[in-house]
Amino acid sequence: MSLFSFFKRNTSAPVARERLQVLLAHERTIVGGGESDLVAILREEIMAVIAKHMSVPQDNVQIKMDRGASVSTLEVDIEIPTTIAASMRPAA
Amino acid sequence: MAKVLVVTSGKGGVGKTTSTAALGAALAQTGKKVAVVDFDVGLRNLDLIMGAERRVVFDLINVVKGDAKLEQALIRDKRVETLHLLPASQTRDKDNLTEEGVERVINSLRERFDWVICDSPAGIERGATLAMRHADVAVVVTNPEVSSIRDSDRIIGLLDSKTEKAEKGEQVEKHLLLTRYDNARAQRGEILKVEDVLDILSIPLLAIIPESTEVLRSSNLGAPVTLGSPNSAPARAYLDAVRKLTGETVVEVQKQRSLFSKLFARRAA
Repeated sequence: MSLFSFFKRNTSAPVARERLQVLLAHERTIVGGGESDLVAILREEIMAVIAKHMSVPQDNVQIKMDRGASVSTLEVDIEIPTTIAASMRPAA
Repeated sequence: MAKVLVVTSGKGGVGKTTSTAALGAALAQTGKKVAVVDFDVGLRNLDLIMGAERRVVFDLINVVKGDAKLEQALIRDKRVETLHLLPASQTRDKDNLTEEGVERVINSLRERFDWVICDSPAGIERGATLAMRHADVAVVVTNPEVSSIRDSDRIIGLLDSKTEKAEKGEQVEKHLLLTRYDNARAQRGEILKVEDVLDILSIPLLAIIPESTEVLRSSNLGAPVTLGSPNSAPARAYLDAVRKLTGETVVEVQKQRSLFSKLFARRAA
């Protein structure tokens, strides 16, 4: 393993290349007016939908974007306090 | 027909001013009338790299505002008589650069010179956008390093959208100048290779300027590297770049070439 890492140690350039390719593919669409502030827009709209049904503090919603070469993922993590969840039961 | 060339990069410290001085001097040495213009208002340095820092009286802002005539502000180089410098202001604010004023100055420079070389400040704000505004040709200076490449990509986007040429539906002729390149490190995979940078930025290569102590030595002495150390590897690379810019086909001289030049001659051609 140490021998392997010795040979691998300095070849960081391919990583740089790949990171740049992914990043720039996205940034070019932003400059072209494509997905400017997409995350901010999505966050706002998703919050509005949630607010229609329950009151969740802003801080309990985490939205993350992971830009990949061919696929990007949007991760929405909503923490619903138990008290709100209980009051939402259909029986109520 | 005069050509306006902007030397730009987005990121600071990659070699814009060094390259402006070296390209300007090399062009002037071929007998062309050249003006190098410093757009870095407030942080001028082209005067220092050119060795003219003690001769600055008037500057670009004075001419833009009409406080001085262009002839009064232009400083003629003591080594190459066809080379002139229009320094930036060190004390005034960049807000003094008006779009109309800059256009007027560029137009007068076009009448008097064969090449007008604009040294852009770092960043993408007023000074940088005005420096590229009237360009026919752009030299994008990039180091083989991620942040420099990202910023160059951004600048290429601006060259394609915010310049006078772009607004007329034409194209600014873009060239990549890869500076501070260490071939040995690239071969070891420690830094990005020239092919990687070209592949990512997709603009044609003008020249590769190898990392060299001669560049710092020349700037210490106040001489563009093409004048201060004309036989050094970086100077030869800048001279090749100038031949390409002026449309000459670069014939590679093989006998005195280092291994580095041999390896890259074909790609640079």
